[in-house]
Amino acid sequence: MNQLMRFSRLHGDSKVAPFVAILVLVTLLASMGNLLMPQDSVFYVSTYTITLLGKYLCYAMLALAVDVIWGYCGILSLGHGAFFALGGYAMGMYLMRQIGDRGVYGNPELPDFMVFLNWSELPWFWQGMDQFWFAMLMVLLVPGILAFVFGWLAFRSRVTGVYLSIMTQALTYALMLAFFRNEMGFGGNNGLTDFKDIVGFDLQADSTRVTLFAITALMLAVILVVSHKILQSRMGKVIVAIRDGESRARFIGYRTERFKVWLFVYSALIAGVAGALYVPQVGIINPGEFSPLNSIEMVIWVAVGGRGTLIGAIVGALLVNYAKTKFTAIMPDGWLFALGALFVFVTLYLPQGLMGLYKKMMDKRKNTTDGGSGPDDVLSAPVQSSAKGGDV
Amino acid sequence: MSTLTDVREVMRRDQVWSFLKDEQPQVDVSHDVILYVEGLNLSFDGFKALNDLNLYVNDGELRCLIGANGAGKTTLMDVITGKTTPDSGTVYFGQSLNLLQHDEAAIAQLGIGRKFQKPTVFEAHSVFDNLELSLKQQKTVMPMLLARLTPTELDRIDEVLNVIGLKEQRFMQAGALSHGQKQWLEIGMLLVAEPRLLLIDEPVAGMTAQETERTAELLTSLAGERTVIVVEHDMEFVRSIARTVTVLHQGTVLAEGTMDQVQNNPDVIEVYLGEAP
Ligand SMILES: Nc1ncnc2c1ncn2[C@@H]1O[C@H](COP(=O)(O)OP(=O)(O)O)[C@@H](O)[C@H]1O
Ligand SMILES: [Mg+2]
Repeated sequence: MNQLMRFSRLHGDSKVAPFVAILVLVTLLASMGNLLMPQDSVFYVSTYTITLLGKYLCYAMLALAVDVIWGYCGILSLGHGAFFALGGYAMGMYLMRQIGDRGVYGNPELPDFMVFLNWSELPWFWQGMDQFWFAMLMVLLVPGILAFVFGWLAFRSRVTGVYLSIMTQALTYALMLAFFRNEMGFGGNNGLTDFKDIVGFDLQADSTRVTLFAITALMLAVILVVSHKILQSRMGKVIVAIRDGESRARFIGYRTERFKVWLFVYSALIAGVAGALYVPQVGIINPGEFSPLNSIEMVIWVAVGGRGTLIGAIVGALLVNYAKTKFTAIMPDGWLFALGALFVFVTLYLPQGLMGLYKKMMDKRKNTTDGGSGPDDVLSAPVQSSAKGGDV
Repeated sequence: MSTLTDVREVMRRDQVWSFLKDEQPQVDVSHDVILYVEGLNLSFDGFKALNDLNLYVNDGELRCLIGANGAGKTTLMDVITGKTTPDSGTVYFGQSLNLLQHDEAAIAQLGIGRKFQKPTVFEAHSVFDNLELSLKQQKTVMPMLLARLTPTELDRIDEVLNVIGLKEQRFMQAGALSHGQKQWLEIGMLLVAEPRLLLIDEPVAGMTAQETERTAELLTSLAGERTVIVVEHDMEFVRSIARTVTVLHQGTVLAEGTMDQVQNNPDVIEVYLGEAP
């Protein structure tokens, strides 16, 4: 009996495998719909749709990054847009260098905006960015190191709660101001754009678009599975323990700040990768991505989907962004109000988000078919009240 | 050449790599005293919470700390466990380990377990997971990421589940336990780590009479092998377990001895009953 219960405890309620299966299936169908179907077929998926889906998946990856630290460790970062944007800029720099002499000024070495600023040579931090592997390394290293330094300083000084959230917000705001400056060497206000190709493939080609979309879906699946594994490990249990009782965790011998730093770095890496996949698909990266508002929006995606569930974060990001696309087409100025209203609604009526609602409905259905309380109700009932915690 | 020596040193087959070694320093109790607290002073904005406090606890002893609210009992535990740094004074664990040089995590790893006044367990985790996390193990990021439950660990957890009487609730969420059960789980979390010294702050607060009795049994059975310091208000409870009682008053030790000695001590009577000697 105990063995059985143990088994179900370990393998029972994970919906990661079916979710990944659905993700892969939808990706395959959409890709084939674009590449193999004639334009007038009902199964044809336009390239515009493919790119839009790819963009949504990048947001989903970003939401996953936020959920890993907020949902599981109670660290409410309001600056994750910074890691996303830095990953995006690293990719953008590579894409800029790929333009070569096809720019407006035809300079083989310098991107257009540098020629425009009368710069004569490439700044040191642009060196090496023409190599794909080096740029990809930077996609990971830059957000990773920033997260490590920030996390190390903040968590070691035991900054938590609202103070930490404000600090993350200040971080992304400061970076936004810096990147707006032309002298920074990242294209200022306009950012980086007019990309031509990526590792030799034309960015406008359908096949490239589909490939980028498929890679994004695959990366999302891999990151979801890896994150799930990490959070199920004993380290993951420590993370949740820190969320629910940090000082208790300290007094049983855990240096909680180290766990928090590494989780923060892991989360920043995911955000960086999401940014890097986002830029070639939308074709531009500018300082607007650092905007504090963006970072707040991510948190709302996670809250809508249900924090501390991973899948909820993905679902929330997809749904809210789909709604945003539809909404802004009708009422471009109303979106922020709608978003605010959504957040208030979710906070008041769906504190566990859509995943919590789904779970409640499943439990109810199980109870009515079971005919009331079985022995396992004792085990499953309190779960609803779990995953509270969090700093705010 | 030195590289070669280094490589040889690393590859030596007669010893494990240093990072795999059990680095925990042993507590030296050759003088039978496991805890030395001397001349502790601590003030919060001018208010003296600890005032030249001296306390010696023998290895294997069960010591009760009593004292009115605000006497400084919890603050003393904060100092011993590294949460608060005193203004002056020393705290030694055994002959040689200066506790003031260590942080909370290190002190816990040295074998000092602490139960909080308000029961604190990891509510979203099952009872079993609470104990699994509290096991004596390498509590750094990488080993925790790779750790698998070993049969020895499983046995240890089962053993503790028996002791704290939560075998039936092992897979229940800790947040769903009753108040008394949470208190026990927290004690279980300390026990599973096999500590040398247990600091237990008001364990029977909010327990039923029956639960209180079982807690008294549990704590008495622990003494001997482990050293236990219990803070408690419930005088009946203290009388049922204590051999030596220390009375704290305004951050300093007022009296020490058996329960009878302490209760007949004129200073204690004065403080507690407000009588002139
Ligand atoms: N962090 C703190 N800041 C200010 N005063 C404190 C702090 N911690 C404890 N005190 C004060 O120190 C005194 C001793 O508290 P405590 O050790 O909790 O007493 P008790 O013996 O009831 O456990 C109390 O008057 C309390 O108000
Ligand atoms: Mg107290």
